[in-house]
Amino acid sequence: MAERKAQLVRGFASLAFVVFMMAVAALPALAASFEDTLVGFTADSFNDTATAMSAVTESGDPLAPQILGALGDGRLLFSAATKKVYFKDSTDKLFDAATGAAVTAVAPGDLSPVRLNNRLRGLLSAALGSLTLMAPDVAKRIDAAETVFKSRDITTLPALDKALAQEKNAEVKEAMLEARAAIVIGAPDTSPEHRLVAITALNTRGDGDALVLLRTLPADVPANVKQAAASAISSIEYRLSIWANVQNLWYGLSLASVLLLAAIGLAITFGVMGVINMAHGEMVMLGAYTTFVIQEFFRAKFPGFTDYALIVATPAAFLVAGAFGIAIERGIIRHLYGRPLETLLATWGLSLILQQLVRTVFGPTNRDVGAPAWMAGAFQAGHISITYNRMWIIVFTIVVFAALLALLRYTAFGLEMRAVTQNRAMASAMGIKTGRVDALTFGLGSGIAGIAGVALAHIDNVSPNLGKAYIIDSFMVVVFGGVGNLWGTLVGALTLGVANKFLEPFAGAVLGKIVILVLIILFIQKRPRGLFALKGRAVEA
Amino acid sequence: MISLRKLALAGAVGLTSLYATSMAQAQTIKVGILHSLSGTMAISETTLKDIMLMLIDDQNKKGGLLGKKLEAVVVDPASDWPLFAEKARQLIAQDKVSAVFGCWTSVSRKSVLPVFKELNSILFYPVQYEGEESEKNVFYTGAAPNQQAIPAVDYLMSKDGGEVKRWVLEGTDYVYPRTTNKILEAYLKSKGVAAEDIMVNYTPFGFSDWQTEVSAIKKFGSAGKKTAVVSTVNGDANVPFYKELGNQGVKATDIPVVAFSVGEEELAGLDTKPLLGHLAAWNYFQSIKTPANDAFIKEWQAFTKNPKRTTNDPMEAHVIGFKMWVKAVEKAGTVDADKVIAALPGIEVPNLTGGTSVMLANHHITKPVFIGEIKADGQFDIVWKTSGLVPGDAWSDFLPESKPLEADWVKLNCGNYNTDTKKCGGS
Repeated sequence: MAERKAQLVRGFASLAFVVFMMAVAALPALAASFEDTLVGFTADSFNDTATAMSAVTESGDPLAPQILGALGDGRLLFSAATKKVYFKDSTDKLFDAATGAAVTAVAPGDLSPVRLNNRLRGLLSAALGSLTLMAPDVAKRIDAAETVFKSRDITTLPALDKALAQEKNAEVKEAMLEARAAIVIGAPDTSPEHRLVAITALNTRGDGDALVLLRTLPADVPANVKQAAASAISSIEYRLSIWANVQNLWYGLSLASVLLLAAIGLAITFGVMGVINMAHGEMVMLGAYTTFVIQEFFRAKFPGFTDYALIVATPAAFLVAGAFGIAIERGIIRHLYGRPLETLLATWGLSLILQQLVRTVFGPTNRDVGAPAWMAGAFQAGHISITYNRMWIIVFTIVVFAALLALLRYTAFGLEMRAVTQNRAMASAMGIKTGRVDALTFGLGSGIAGIAGVALAHIDNVSPNLGKAYIIDSFMVVVFGGVGNLWGTLVGALTLGVANKFLEPFAGAVLGKIVILVLIILFIQKRPRGLFALKGRAVEA
Repeated sequence: MISLRKLALAGAVGLTSLYATSMAQAQTIKVGILHSLSGTMAISETTLKDIMLMLIDDQNKKGGLLGKKLEAVVVDPASDWPLFAEKARQLIAQDKVSAVFGCWTSVSRKSVLPVFKELNSILFYPVQYEGEESEKNVFYTGAAPNQQAIPAVDYLMSKDGGEVKRWVLEGTDYVYPRTTNKILEAYLKSKGVAAEDIMVNYTPFGFSDWQTEVSAIKKFGSAGKKTAVVSTVNGDANVPFYKELGNQGVKATDIPVVAFSVGEEELAGLDTKPLLGHLAAWNYFQSIKTPANDAFIKEWQAFTKNPKRTTNDPMEAHVIGFKMWVKAVEKAGTVDADKVIAALPGIEVPNLTGGTSVMLANHHITKPVFIGEIKADGQFDIVWKTSGLVPGDAWSDFLPESKPLEADWVKLNCGNYNTDTKKCGGS
C-alpha cells in the first residue's frame, strides 16, 4: 500500500488526473463506485470522459480492459436519458458496462457512442499500454512497450519491471528495455549504473527518438555517463546520416518506377512510332477509371474478393486503353502521319475531350480506389519505413518492363513492329501489313499506359485530371533517355527519379523540380537526341 | 484590318443580344454563376453551381424577388484564369445579371476584380481565402484567416488540442498558403514559439510524391516536443498526401494534421480509416446537428437525386451570401448595384449552424469556427468551436504591413484606410 501511494505521488507532477484516481482509490465500496465512475462517460464532454477513463483504469475492475478497448474502437455506448453505459462486443451483442451482463432490453436507437478526441486517444493508448504489457500476443506486447516508450510515464515503471522480469521473447524484451530506458534516462534519481544500461539500450535503438532522449540527460551525472552518452549520440548521428541517404535512394527508386511506368507507353507511341501523343496521360486516366469500375463491381458482387480485383483490373485496363488507342490511331492519327504539328494539336484536343467525357460520366469528384490489404501500411527496414504500395509498384514496373521487352524481342508481332519502324517500305515489300502494325503498336503503347493507370490509381487521385500530371514528366523521361530506346527510358527514369529525391531534402520540392528542368534543358542542348540516341539508317527513316 | 472586322462583328452580336436581353429583363432578374465546370477546379466548383441553381429554384418557388422570377445564367470559365475575366464581362455587360456568385481560387478572384470595378457589379465570393483585400464590389462570404487559421492554431495550443509546441506549415506554392503561413508564423512567434520550432515547406500544384515530405515531418516531429502539421495543401495534392501519411503510419495521436482546404468532398475519394483523428477547421460541417442543417441536407440530396451527396463549407457560404443578397434587394427595392451594395452591410441571416451571420462594413461576414476530427465514415466529429461568431478581418493584425489598415465601406467608404496616416490608399 505504501508503495502504491508513493507511486501515485510521483505521478502527480506529470498527470493532473491522478487527483481523481486517489479520490476513487479512497472510496470504500469498490463495486458501488465502479458504476458511479462510468457516469462520466454519459456527459458527452471530453473532460468528463478523461476522468472516467482514468478512474476505470485505476479501479482494477476485471471489466476495465474490455471497457477501455471498446472505448478505443467506438463500441462503448451511453444512453443520455438513463445515464447508463453499455459496450458492444465484436458480434454487436450489448453488455451492461457496470456488471458485464448481457442486455437486450435497450433499443439501440437512443444509444450513442462515447466520443474521443486526440488527447483522449493518447491517454487511452497509454492506459491500455500498461494493461497489455503482459498480453499473450507478442505483437500486442511490443505495441504496449512502444506506447510506454512514447509516453515516458514514470507511473508505468513498476508494471514494466514486472513484465520485464517475466518476459521470455528477446524481441519484446528489447522493446521493453528501450521503454525502460526512455523512462529512467531523464529521471533525476536514477543511479549511474542504470543510466549506462539505458544509454546502451537507446544506442541499440538508434533512431531520432533515442537521440532526443539522450540529449535530455541531466547535467549533474558522472563524467563516464556523460561520455557514454556523447559517444552514443555521435554514433547514432553517423548511422542516421547513412540511413538518410539510403532513404533518399529508396524514394528515388520509387519515384523512378512511377515515372517509368507512366513513360513506358509513351516510349512506344512517341519513341518508336514518332507520334507526339498528348492524349497519353488520358490513357493512364482511363486505366485508373477501369480499375475503379472493376473494384466497384467486385465490391457489389463479390465483397469477399475485393482484394483480388487488381488481377482482373490489370488486363481490363490494358484492353480498354488499348482499344481506345487503336480507335484513335485508326480514326485520327492515321491521317496525320508526317505532320507532327497537326498530330500534336489533334491529340491535345482529344485529351480535353476524353477528360470532359470522364467528367460527365463519373462526375468531377475524386473516386476512391481502395488498396488491397497487402498494399496498405508500411514495414521498418532498419531506420526507414518502406510502404507496401510503393514497394509493389516497383515490382509491378519491373514486371511490365520485362514483359514489354520480351514482347518486342521474342514475338512475331514484336519483330514486325521493329521491322516497320526501321524501314517501312522494305517491311511492306516483305508482306507486312504496315497499317495493321501501326494500329497495334499504338494500341500496345496505350494499353501499357492503361496498366500504368492501375498502379497510379493507388497513389494519386482518380480524377479526370490524373493524366495531365504525368504527361510532361513522361515526355521528359522519353526525350532525356533517347527517343526510340526502351533501355534509354529506363535509365532516364532512374536518373530523374533519384536526382529529384536527392535534391528535394535540400532544395524543397518546388526548387528541386525547377533545377531538374534546367539541367534537362542544358543536357538536351548538348545531346539533342538524349542519352541513348539511335544511330544509323533507322534515324533517317 | 481583321481586328476591325472582328470588332464590328462583336459589336453587332453584342447589340442583338442586348436587345434580346432587354426584352427578357422586364420579366426576370438574372443571377450570374461563374464557376468552373471543366478543368482542374471543376472538382470543387461544379457543386457550387448546383447549389446556386437549387437556391434560385427555391426562391422562385417562394414567389421570386420583387415580384419577378429569378433566372440563373451559368457560364463555364474552365479553370482558366483570364477566361474568368472574359466570362465575368460577358455576364455583366451582355447578360445584364444583377449579381454574380462565383470564383474559387484567389487568382480567379483577382482576375475578375477589375471587371467588377469597371462595370460596377456585385460578386459574392464563397471560399476561405488569405485576406489582405476588401473591395467595394466584392462580398466575401468565406472565411478570412482570423476565422479559420488562427482559431485552429489556438485549438492545437490548448489542452484539448494536445498543447502543440512544434509546427510544420505545409502548403501548396501559391498566394493563399504563402500569405496564410506568413500570418501564422507571425502569430506563432507572438505566442512565444521559437523560430527553430517552425518548419515551412511548399510543394507544387498537383504534387503526388509525398514520401520525402512525410518522412521530413516525421523526423521534425521526433524532437520530443508535441508537433502538429498545419496544412494549406490545396486540391488534388491532398489525396496522395493523406495516403502517404496513412501508409507511413503518421497517427493523429502523434502528429495531428489540421487542414484548411480538406472537406467532406475531398474525403469522398479516400479511405479515411487510417486518417482517424486528423483535423479540419471550417465554419460549417455537414455533421453539425441543427434543424436548419438537417433540412438543408435533405433538400440538397433531393435536388441532386443522390442520397449520399455531401455538403461542405463553401456551399454554406453561398447559402448565406444568396440569402443576404435577396434581403438586401428587398430592402433596397431594386437590383441597382450601388443601392444593393449600400444595403448589404448590416443584413443578418441565420446560418446553417444555429447562429446569425451579419454582413460587416468591411464586406466580410461573422462566422462560427469549428474544429472537426475525421471519422471513419468520411464525416467530421466536431471537437471544438468558438463560443460565439467571429467577425471576418480583412487586414490581418499579425502582419506589420497590414496592421494599421482598416476596411469600412459604410463610414469611410474605403477598403484600405490607413489608421496611421489617416488616408485611404493602403500602407
